[in-house]
Formats: sequence, structure tokens, C-alpha cells
Amino acid sequence: MKHVISVTVENKPGVLARISSMFARRGFNIHSLTVGPTEDPRLSRMTVVVDGPEMEQIVKQLYKLVHTVKVTELEPGETIEREIMLVRVNADPTRRGELLDAANLFSAKVVDVGATTVTFEVAGEPSTLNDFLELLRTYGIVTLVKSGRIALAKDQKSTTRRGRLRTA
Amino acid sequence: MAETLTGAQALIRSLEHEGVEVVFGVPGGAILPAYDPLLDSPIRHVLARHEQGAGHMASGYAHATGRVGVCMATSGPGATNLITPLQDAYMDSVPVVAITGQVATKSIGMDAFQEAHTWGISMPCTKHNYLVTTVEELPDVIAEAFHLAATGRPGPVLVDIPKNVLNAEMQWHRPGAIDLPGYKPSVKGHPRQVKAAVRLIHESERPVLYAGGGIIKANAADRLRRFAEQANLPVVTTLMARGAFPDTHPLALGMPGMHGNYTAITAMQRSDLLVAIGARFDDRVTGDVSTFAPEAKVIHVDVDPAEIGKVRTADVPIVGDAGVVLEQLIEAMDRLLDGEEPPAREAWFAQLRTWQEEHPLTYEQDPNGPIQQQYVIEKLHELTGGDAIVVAGVGQHQMWASQFWRFTRPRSWINSGGLGTMGFAVPAAIGAKVGRPDDLVFAIDGDGCFQMTSQELITAATEGIPIKVAVMNNGSLGMVKQWQRLFYGGRYSAIDLTTQVPDYVKLAEAMGCVGLRAESPGEVVPTLEKALAVEDRPVVVEFRVDPDAMVFPMVPAGASNDDVVLGPEDLA
Ligand SMILES: Cc1ncc(C[n+]2csc(CCOP(=O)(O)OP(=O)(O)O)c2C)c(N)n1
Ligand SMILES: [Mg+2]
Repeated sequence: MKHVISVTVENKPGVLARISSMFARRGFNIHSLTVGPTEDPRLSRMTVVVDGPEMEQIVKQLYKLVHTVKVTELEPGETIEREIMLVRVNADPTRRGELLDAANLFSAKVVDVGATTVTFEVAGEPSTLNDFLELLRTYGIVTLVKSGRIALAKDQKSTTRRGRLRTA
Repeated sequence: MAETLTGAQALIRSLEHEGVEVVFGVPGGAILPAYDPLLDSPIRHVLARHEQGAGHMASGYAHATGRVGVCMATSGPGATNLITPLQDAYMDSVPVVAITGQVATKSIGMDAFQEAHTWGISMPCTKHNYLVTTVEELPDVIAEAFHLAATGRPGPVLVDIPKNVLNAEMQWHRPGAIDLPGYKPSVKGHPRQVKAAVRLIHESERPVLYAGGGIIKANAADRLRRFAEQANLPVVTTLMARGAFPDTHPLALGMPGMHGNYTAITAMQRSDLLVAIGARFDDRVTGDVSTFAPEAKVIHVDVDPAEIGKVRTADVPIVGDAGVVLEQLIEAMDRLLDGEEPPAREAWFAQLRTWQEEHPLTYEQDPNGPIQQQYVIEKLHELTGGDAIVVAGVGQHQMWASQFWRFTRPRSWINSGGLGTMGFAVPAAIGAKVGRPDDLVFAIDGDGCFQMTSQELITAATEGIPIKVAVMNNGSLGMVKQWQRLFYGGRYSAIDLTTQVPDYVKLAEAMGCVGLRAESPGEVVPTLEKALAVEDRPVVVEFRVDPDAMVFPMVPAGASNDDVVLGPEDLA
């Protein structure tokens, strides 16, 4: 089962190396990891998607790193998750029309058109991206690149939130 | 007016501010600037003969005193030589600060002469580490490094300083307040958990207090004893906790684990409540985890939350400093008992006595046979009244020392538990002696271990650090030989060290030490007496010991603690 954790860390050189080294050393599997600045220039936020059952240990080991300020395990249904991808597919002229129609359904933007390929940009929930990819397989995916997930817990007072937020 | 200092001067000044009295190290190109202001500093520098030695000396000093040990090395090979002691200190939670020189910042990444990626290499074997890139941050980094090494769960911290930073000038300023928003170790246990713990303890019928090295790190031996007596709990002390509870105490069960005694191992197996304090359920203690102490509930007290639940689920987890939590437990138990006596647990104590009588730790010294190591250890204990700091290497001799020395005080037993580092004893003993010059420091080392770091005896002789070293010469890598005998059908592979080479007496003398040798049981006491009479120089005493002896009891690796092997006959 995949878990999504949001890790707030001090924005110091090497902090990404510390986190990934800890995961490697402890034998935890990272599915994806994104990192970027936050509203506070002293802090960075990472979204880590991990596989496996050792969530409690992962959270505790993250906290053990000196530069880790806060670790939150995000609950499905109480979390906004987004990902962006660029995908280049085979698009011979005879099938281009239906391909573009399909892309429309997923709000995919055409960002590049070649002689035999079209490249789409899609942003949205990870499941939407996967649905679109499923559809594209019949055309033949040439190249795929994904950003990795970013995620944020819904506002405490959010109307789309169910249950209480769990923090470790 | 502010003073202008070089980075190197600021470094040494910062160390002085931390109260550092001694640095163990080896100089070289990148760290050269730091060695110049050292000449004008009251800080003593002990010149090790290998950086591994310097690292273990810093650890031995920290083990013996509880203060932060400091070692220093140059870039590249100097720094990489420190990695083993750093990992050793990391595994055993020893407060150490390592200072390493680094190539100039503009050369980093250029494969410069003596460049190594020290920051990256040391990351997984330190509690935290730094690469200092500007001279202004030096005082703050040093203050943080000492704070991190000594607080919470102690551990090693490395500070890597490029040569140009050491040479740059700065306006000296005292470090500011420690600013580590992500580092706030819990000290006090949660009162509700403490209450739940004492209730569980009070109701238990077959409790065992499982004391780990954290007791010693927290200087909490006195409170451990008070609590064990107050709650009437038998106590096992792990390899890292020997001395945390007196072996002479009626509640003492001694050491559990792979080479623990039958009663300590079996008490844990059959207990209905384990009260683990500053212990981490190491595989050498638990054996096969799935069959470990199957009926026991667990109260787990540790300053490191990540230890709780890592191996064994805790019914009552308590995060906090062992000493502070013990105080809370004592207070809560006082309220609960309200003047009454704790449960007598007669059946349980009767069972423990029976096991102790049926399966004591024993050995036989044939007066005409080869010397048994247990005999040497017992005689040394007798001659010193147990008043010594015992430092061990890794192997059979280590296990016998831990089993047969009667420890009564914390910080009187120093060994490499978590990493099992051969070569630890000699340099760690030197560090211990520097930290506690008035104590007798006796290393009990194997011949194999001794050969890994014996050159540090030159350091001891030339620096006037009169340690004593017993070399248990069984002519082999004895512990490996024991495993090959038991688990590989006696097919001995690469364990023979020979007993004749080196000549330990000559080797000792060549290094400026007194060299002595005992070859038969009758020579043990007189030779030890001679060794103890020497006060001005290090002494090496070689004991020609039984090459075929094996350490028992033994729980074979991966086996259940239910299957303690008491002697070779059990394996037939
Ligand atoms: C640096 C290192 N290398 C290898 C080992 C594996 N090892 C564990 S005990 C041992 C034998 C130690 O021999 P010796 O010092 O003679 O002690 P004895 O067991 O004979 O008492 C070895 C090789 C180790 N623990 N550390
Ligand atoms: Mg040996």
C-alpha cells in the first residue's frame, strides 16, 4: 500500500541527500519524492510517496534527522494530491482527430506536435493521469515523464474533508 | 573591540569554550592550520599512530567520563580512517565530535589531492554532520556539534572544514543560542504513560527489568537501583549496561543475550512483563524475535522514539531520558504503594534461584592444563578488588570478561557492543586513561584484536598514558574458530594466528612498554602482580591460553532464546 507523507525540513544544503540516504540505509522504498520551497524561505517541503508497511518507523526515522521539522502522514480523502506529466505518443495523421478529442476529456494540453507524434501536458490527480495514460497506450507511448506527487492536507475546516487529520 | 581570528584560531577557541581538555588526532595537509593555534592552547593533543586509534580514543574517553570525546584528522585518508570509530560510536550512542580538514572550497569536487567526500561518507554513520563553507559560521557549528553529540540520544558528530575556511579571517564572536527547530529531544516521560507503567509493573507476576546502555549514558545507575529495589524487580544488564546495576546485588541476574547466562536469558523468555530502559532489543539479546519473550508485555523507555516499536511492539511506550523517567517511575510507584511493600513474587524469585543454582556460569581450571581465560579474569578481579576500568576487544575474551568480571559501578566496562569492532580495546583504554588518570585501566584483548591497533601502545608509551593490556593469546581468531567448530563441522578456515609470532613481550618492549608473559596457571597471579606493580609505563601481559576453549552458554545466531546451548554436549 502506498502512503503519502509531507515532510517539512530546514532549507539547508544537502537535506535532500540526508533524507534519501536515510531511506536507502533503512531499506524503505521511495515511490516518488518531490521537494520545493515553501511560504517560509527557511523551510522546504517534501512530498514522499512510500511503499510498504513500516510507516511508523519511516515517520520516526524522518523525525530523527536533525533538519526535519514536521512530518505528516496524509490520509487519502483528506488530501489534495496533484501531479504533472509530459507524454509523447504516436499520432499518425489518420488517428490524430480522435486522439485530440480524448485529450480534451482529460484537459490535456498539446505542447508539441511532431511529424508522427503529439506531446501532451496533463496536470491533475494522480488517478486521472493514470486513466489518461491507459487510454494513450493503444496509440503507443513514446516518452513519459512525471513530476512526482505533491500533496497538501485539506484545510481543517474544508467541506471536502472527512475525519480528523493524523499527524505523527 | 572585536578580535580578528583565523578560522583555525576560532576553531580552537570554540573547543576551549566547550571545555575540551584533550584532542586525539593525526595532522596532515588540510588540517595543518588548526594544529598551529593548538600549540598556544591549554588543550592537550594526543598524537595517535592511526586515525582509527584517535577515533576510538575519543570514544574511550567519552565512555569513561561521560564527556564529549574529540578527535581530529586531515582530509582524504585521515577522514576515511575515522569512519570505523564513527560508526562504532554511532551504534553505541557515544558522544564524539570529529573535526576533519577538507580541501579548499574551490577544489571540492575536482578530485583534488587528498580529497574525499567526507560529508557524504560520514552521513550514515553520524548523528549529524557539517561541511563548513564560511568562516563566520564556525563558532555556531562547533557549539551545535557539541550540543547534538551530548544531548538526547548521544552520538558522533563530524565537522568537515575546508582549508581556506581555516585560513580565512573573521571577527571572533561567541556562538549564538542553539537554533535547531527540528531537534527537540524529549526529556520527561508522559505522566499518563508513567502511571500506566507502574500499574502494569505492580500487577506483574514475572517481571524483568531489562537495563540497557542508555542507563549509563543517562548517568541513571543510582535511580535504576532505587527503582528495582522499590518495585522488587530482578534486573538483567545487557552487554552495554554491564555496571549499570551491581552484579553483587540480590536482584541482579547478569547479562542476557547470545552469550548471556541461562537465568538472565530464560527469565526474559518466561517473563510476563519486560521493563526495558535504555535498551533497544538488539538481535544479540532477543535471538529469533518471533519467539522472544512470548508472554511478556513490554514497557519501553527510550530517549529515541524510533527505538520504541522498531523491533518489538511496546504496550507502554515512554519517550524520555532514562534518569528522568526513572525518577518519575519512582515517584509514581511511591504513590501507588502508599507505604505498602511491593509484591513479593515468591514463586518467580524461587524459580530464578533454581535456575541460578542449576545453571551457574562455570569453568574448570586444571592446574596442569592450559590457562583458562575465565581464571585470568577472576584472578585479576580478586587482585584489584574489582577496582578497575575494564576495556575489551571483540571475540571470546570479550564475552568471558563480561561474564566473569563482577561489575559494581557504571563506566567501569567499556566495549564495542553494536559494531563489534576488533581493535577497539587498546585505543579505547588509552582514551579512558586520559579521561580518568587516577583509575586503573585494564584492557582485556584478544590476540587478533590486539594486532589490529597495537601500534597505539607507542602513543601510550610516548605520551605517558600507563594502561595495562592483557593479551589473551589463543593463537587464533577464537570466536570465528568456535563458530567453525560448531556450525561448519570443524573445518577451520583462516583462523590461525599462531601463538609464537609475534613475540608479545618483545613487541611490547619495542613499543616502550613493559612486556610480561604467563604460560601456565601457576604463573597467572605472580605475573598479574608484576603488571599491577608497574605505574610509570604501559604494560602488556601475554597469557598463553587454551586454544580450544569455547564460550558458553550460547544462543546460536537466529535461534530462539528457548534453545540455550549450555555446552558442546547440547549440540551433539
Ligand atoms: C574489524 C573486525 N573484523 C572482523 C571481525 C569478525 N570477528 C569477530 S570476533 C573475531 C575473532 C577475534 O579474535 P581475537 O581477537 O583473537 O579474539 P578471541 O575470539 O580469540 O578471543 C573476528 C575475526 C570483527 N568483529 N571486527
Ligand atoms: Mg584470539
